[in-house]
Amino acid sequence: MARTISFSAALNEAMRLAMRKDEHVILLGEDVAGGATVDHLQDDEAWGGVMGVTKGLVQEFGRERVLDTPIAEAGYIGAAVTAAATGLRPIAELMFNDFIGSCLDEVMNQAAKLRYMFGGKAKVPLTIRTMHGAGFRAAAQHSQSLYALFTHIPGLKVVVPSTPADAKGLLLASIFDDDPVIFFEDKTLYNMKGEVEEGFYTIPFGIADIKRQGDDLTIVAIGKQVHTALKAAAILQERGVEAEVIDPRTLSPLDENTILSSVAKTGRLIVVDEANPRCSVAADISALVADKGFDYLDAPIKRITAPHCPVPFSPALEDLYLPTPEKVLRAAAEIIGDETIVPV
Amino acid sequence: MAVARSQSIVLTKEKAKWMYQKMQEIRQFEDKVHEIFSRGVLPGFVHLYAGEEAVAVGVCAHLTEKDYITSTHRGHGHCIAKECDVNGMMAEIYGKATGLCKGKGGSMHIADVSKGMLGANGIVGGGFPLAVGAGLTAKLKKTGSVAVCFFGDGANNHGTFHEGINLAAIWKLPVIFVAENNGYAESTPFEYASSCRNIADRAAAYNIPGEVVDGKDVIAVYEAAKRAIERARNGEGPTLIECKTYRNYGHFEGDAQTYKSLEEKQKHLQELDAIVKFREYLLVNQLCSEQELAEIEQSVAKAIEKAVEFAENSPFPTEEDLLRDVYVSY
Repeated sequence: MARTISFSAALNEAMRLAMRKDEHVILLGEDVAGGATVDHLQDDEAWGGVMGVTKGLVQEFGRERVLDTPIAEAGYIGAAVTAAATGLRPIAELMFNDFIGSCLDEVMNQAAKLRYMFGGKAKVPLTIRTMHGAGFRAAAQHSQSLYALFTHIPGLKVVVPSTPADAKGLLLASIFDDDPVIFFEDKTLYNMKGEVEEGFYTIPFGIADIKRQGDDLTIVAIGKQVHTALKAAAILQERGVEAEVIDPRTLSPLDENTILSSVAKTGRLIVVDEANPRCSVAADISALVADKGFDYLDAPIKRITAPHCPVPFSPALEDLYLPTPEKVLRAAAEIIGDETIVPV
Repeated sequence: MAVARSQSIVLTKEKAKWMYQKMQEIRQFEDKVHEIFSRGVLPGFVHLYAGEEAVAVGVCAHLTEKDYITSTHRGHGHCIAKECDVNGMMAEIYGKATGLCKGKGGSMHIADVSKGMLGANGIVGGGFPLAVGAGLTAKLKKTGSVAVCFFGDGANNHGTFHEGINLAAIWKLPVIFVAENNGYAESTPFEYASSCRNIADRAAAYNIPGEVVDGKDVIAVYEAAKRAIERARNGEGPTLIECKTYRNYGHFEGDAQTYKSLEEKQKHLQELDAIVKFREYLLVNQLCSEQELAEIEQSVAKAIEKAVEFAENSPFPTEEDLLRDVYVSY
């Protein structure tokens, strides 16, 4: 039975189901329960994460499995790596993906490489949940989208869901995957509502979801930008252009076939990615299509990304930083060669 | 803080022989790697453990396969003391398919998780959080296992030292932090790089026991480790043990060691050698006969020769191994 619940509730439900299913699943991170050892605090009053995503889990599973950590990312993310390698199935919360600077070694040199360096004799079933995304007026150190950084590193899997239903199925798949997974949660999507099936289900990695079908133009969009692409597609439809909107859902592995098949059909590609443009996933997908799908193309590939600057604080500037449906429409007009597409 | 001296303790004959054999294996293994490396046969670079044998052996004498250790770039000694196969180790150092890590890790990443050896590590300070994680598993799964984090004096200034020990202390995890203070981080003296007189002094900041021991005295290390490991197994949390030791070779092979004085080197290599001292101890206390010790030395020499032969005769990995084991599934 599907119900309408929020992105945040879908994630909470996924963790709850995973922890019920397997006693080796633990959750650790800064304030994932909150208020550890405070005498007067009842578990139901505890934060459950700074955004409340893990609220209530400590009530059901106790503080032995929902572990508040000090603000020491290298310490607890590193601990989660070997906790995974020695028999647990941890979900470690890195509050903001921007904090990776404090624990990149543990992710890049330890989690990602143990299996390969040890000749396949280790596995690291670790999920690192982390918040990303601009538009929250959170400024330069709490707003980045750093998934390209992790996609670059062999040994890691990278998941960026765009809807509550995908978030739940992909998080469950992440937790029960035997490789380290970096799971991105856009902080501006937490309150988004959507239909989500009850009970346990997983969504396999490496299978893109075609969020909207169309024959004239392919738009590949990542995370929250799927919704920017869908808004643009709705306006394009009014102007007689049918855009296909593809959500890769996992950036590593990447479903190359779905992207290439779509471009083979449409001949045109726009990639919408709110991360900075250099060495980005947008650049990577563009290179993929230029390399393996050059003959399909009727027009240059367009990338709608953030500019090459940090995320600004001022709302006036942050709104300029992010992709918008209008930016997508302008690119569509250019590659279709029809300037009437751009809204006046 | 006083340096703890070894007192009279009863080692069983069996344990004493095991310890002497492991110390011999480490020394002879490293001397052999030194010799082979100088012939230009080995790929990459190696960091040798010779001189520090008493630390790995004195600690690992208390451990079983269910216990975990994390190691460093200078990890061969820890591997041997944790009962890793020397043929597989040597083949790994040669980059061969029969290596413990199928030739994909090399000297700095030798591991055998089935023996609780969670890997040598190319990142200085990398081991602290990793040992904490193994300790967390032991505590939550109630396995009774402990995790030992071996680290050098260089790592004691790394941020992960603080984060790792603090976490182990607040969660009372069964982790033993064992500093191998050999006096130099690469070529930089400990006294220059560290604001403390002893690494163990830093234990006070975490409200855990800290102890300095003579790292050239395997019995002293054995006793200190025994106390710490019992504490850990009893759920009383971590201990920091600092072993004052010395590396007989350079930071890496090819290091001219200009920062060491001749007197210092002679003193350590001739007068203070841990294996020579332990040999005397075993004879004086009649734990082993001269003949038994000679037999161990000879059998180890044969085993090391065999390991070299095994490594040299083993095949290299092939192209199909390149992409294998990046992921469990992808």
